[in-house]
Amino acid sequence: MDTVIEISGLVKRFGTTTALDGLDLDVRRGEVHGFLGPNGAGKSTTIRVLLGLLHADGGTARLLGADPWHDAAELHRRLAYVPGEVNLWPNLTGGETIDLLGALRGGLDDTRRAELLERFELDPTKKGRSYSKGNRQKVALVAALAADVELLLLDEPTSGLDPLMETVFQQCIDDFRGEGRSVLLSSHILAEVEQLCDRVSIIRAGRTVESGTLSELRHLTRTSVSAELGTPPTGLDRLDGVHDLVVEGNRAVFEVESERLGDALAALGRFGIRSLSSQPPTLEALFLRHYGDRLTQEPVQPVGPVG
Amino acid sequence: MTGSATGLLLRFNLRRDRLMLLWWVLGAVLLYWSQAVSVEGLYPTQAEFDKAAASMGDNVAFVAMAGPARALNTVGGQVAWQASAFGAIVAGLLSMLLVGRHTRAEEESGRDELVRAGAVGRRAPVAAAGLTVLVANVLLGGLVAASLVGYGLAVAGSVSLGLAAALAGLVFGSVALVAAQLTDGTRAMYGITGVVIGASYVLRAVGDVGNGALSWASPIGWGQAMHAFSGERWWPALLSVTAVAVLLAVALWLFDRRDIGSGLMAARPGPARAGPRLRGSLGLAWRQQRASVAGWAAGLFFTGLAYGAIGDDVEDLLGDSQFAQDVFVQGGGTVVDSFYAVAVVILALMASGFAVASALRPRGEEDAGRVEGLLATGLTRRRWAATCLAVTTAGTVAVVSAAGLGLGLGYQLVTGDGSAVARLFGATLPYVAPVLLLATLTWLAYGLSPRWAGFGWVALAFCVVVSFFGELLQLPDWVVDLSPFSHLALVPAEPLAWGPLLALLAVTTTLGVAGTGALERRDLH
Repeated sequence: MDTVIEISGLVKRFGTTTALDGLDLDVRRGEVHGFLGPNGAGKSTTIRVLLGLLHADGGTARLLGADPWHDAAELHRRLAYVPGEVNLWPNLTGGETIDLLGALRGGLDDTRRAELLERFELDPTKKGRSYSKGNRQKVALVAALAADVELLLLDEPTSGLDPLMETVFQQCIDDFRGEGRSVLLSSHILAEVEQLCDRVSIIRAGRTVESGTLSELRHLTRTSVSAELGTPPTGLDRLDGVHDLVVEGNRAVFEVESERLGDALAALGRFGIRSLSSQPPTLEALFLRHYGDRLTQEPVQPVGPVG
Repeated sequence: MTGSATGLLLRFNLRRDRLMLLWWVLGAVLLYWSQAVSVEGLYPTQAEFDKAAASMGDNVAFVAMAGPARALNTVGGQVAWQASAFGAIVAGLLSMLLVGRHTRAEEESGRDELVRAGAVGRRAPVAAAGLTVLVANVLLGGLVAASLVGYGLAVAGSVSLGLAAALAGLVFGSVALVAAQLTDGTRAMYGITGVVIGASYVLRAVGDVGNGALSWASPIGWGQAMHAFSGERWWPALLSVTAVAVLLAVALWLFDRRDIGSGLMAARPGPARAGPRLRGSLGLAWRQQRASVAGWAAGLFFTGLAYGAIGDDVEDLLGDSQFAQDVFVQGGGTVVDSFYAVAVVILALMASGFAVASALRPRGEEDAGRVEGLLATGLTRRRWAATCLAVTTAGTVAVVSAAGLGLGLGYQLVTGDGSAVARLFGATLPYVAPVLLLATLTWLAYGLSPRWAGFGWVALAFCVVVSFFGELLQLPDWVVDLSPFSHLALVPAEPLAWGPLLALLAVTTTLGVAGTGALERRDLH
């Protein structure tokens, strides 16, 4: 399998804080790879290492088969980047900024540029300082998408877009992938990730805690089950993999680890199932499983200066 | 209530500004107080003081730089003369920065919206900004007066100087408040206010040298017209107070007629496509700095013109006083040539302000988060560095040349000496080397770490101290030699020496290359 991003054991320290602590990440050609993690988990730091802006302290990172630090400029001609916080030159117009960034990347497609401006409904004649957050992001998105590149690095690119523009963005990414190109998408919008991503990596405190396709990941988590039975159920609490069981008369509500779902249904069958609803795990549940406990157990530890 | 929560915002502003206020006010106090200390004891007898005062007061260049010469044979008169114009500028700049910080910068960043969404009167943020400026200037003026009284100078004169500085600050602060309503960006607002402050200085310089009429058009002139330590008169203060009242009324009138976040001068739509010249790193760097290059070049051209226009009068004005001989005739030439050799150094030090600021622009870009997007393209760090340095170099050559051209033209206009332009321009041009050296030193500090970049200003301050006060402070030779400005031949008083010039250029190049190398090795943010 052709890999466009290959990171293993990546370490980055800022003074005494460790932002990346042995991070692994693989992005394959032709896929949209979701990059998830709480604020401060090290997502932006990883992307900055990939862009050759930060020098890694340990581990290896390969980008399009080359070294992101030493071959930065040559690599950058083959990729485009959209930061989460887009800072534009206050005295340049959006159109000038798009052209400038395009020229520095080695030219951009004028037809595509015009088409993207229309799709994103962006006025290119306004000065950088007068754009709203969403419009600043559109400028960076148009500049990135109008470039003829094989990889997009997107760091929370849609946090300021309205739902309509969010849809336009998803179509654009879909088209982009359709041409066999790859995307690393860091995002907090789980619906967007579920919609777009072929595979996801979840990181926490600078380390990868989970990686795979959504269905693989779903397998690792729990399905919620709610059943109406013929007789009051007994003994469900003794089943392996059943959690948060609540029995009220003939009704049972619980969560079960996905690989134990069959056993649980067989057990329910003995009491006569009248109605049954099961909810597959959402990405949100996956997400919360990995760092939801932070809310209750661990104190929040700031990691690194960037999100 | 259009003003509710003003008090709360004022306290909040002062809490944010306390360090900035501390340093600026301390700096202003030091400016006045140090004049008193440095004059006291410089002349062993009153007779020598009288003689020196007479030659200083007759010197057109000094009058143009400082103000009308009054009671220069007293310590108080010297303090008033040497500090009042610059004190007014310091107070004006402080007030301008405070207004910018609390009005346009807040609106630009969107923090203003956050504040306005609270139970805050419509005019409260503007009123709080104005009151912050008032507090700052009362503090500045009060402490200046107190420090001079504490030093032992007459109370009336001390209060007069403090009041003049505070009033100048308030006038320029009010100008800034008007400018803040007109423009939609902090930079443009600083530009307008800076031009007004600069024009006020030039107006009073021309007025003081001439018949004095133009000085009455300058807020700095109003303060000096209060005649501190030489028969104080208080009514010129009313001019400042009236100006403040009118300007504030205009600012509020304008404020009520504009939308939050925009200026009255509506933002015009710009080009939808980048022109061919913008399509590269060099084009971008030039676009970012061209206004500053033009502004500095114009400013130094006119400053040079003013120095040049003193012409041959230097000789008559300085006469054979020992003071003049000591200060100016360091080389072997005539008094006129020696005077212009010193003028060239002064102009070069001013041009260094541009060079250091220009070398710091990339740090500003990095701080603003615009460098990552730029370097995420095919642009290498080395090329980016090279284009930034190229613009700084070209800008420095332009600014220094403008100063030399002004100097020569001024001299030619007054004396009719056709060769003056070539001679004085030729004397100024070599100073590109030490000025650029400061720029590349700044660049090296930035290359090593953005936190150290401010070292460039420290280095420039050091050079100013060595050039102006080196002999007075009796600094050891090796300290004097640390300043790149100590090595060039004092043209036109001395013939041009190529050795030191080439050596300076070599050091400059080395620093630039080392800074770029350091930048290529470190993390960028």
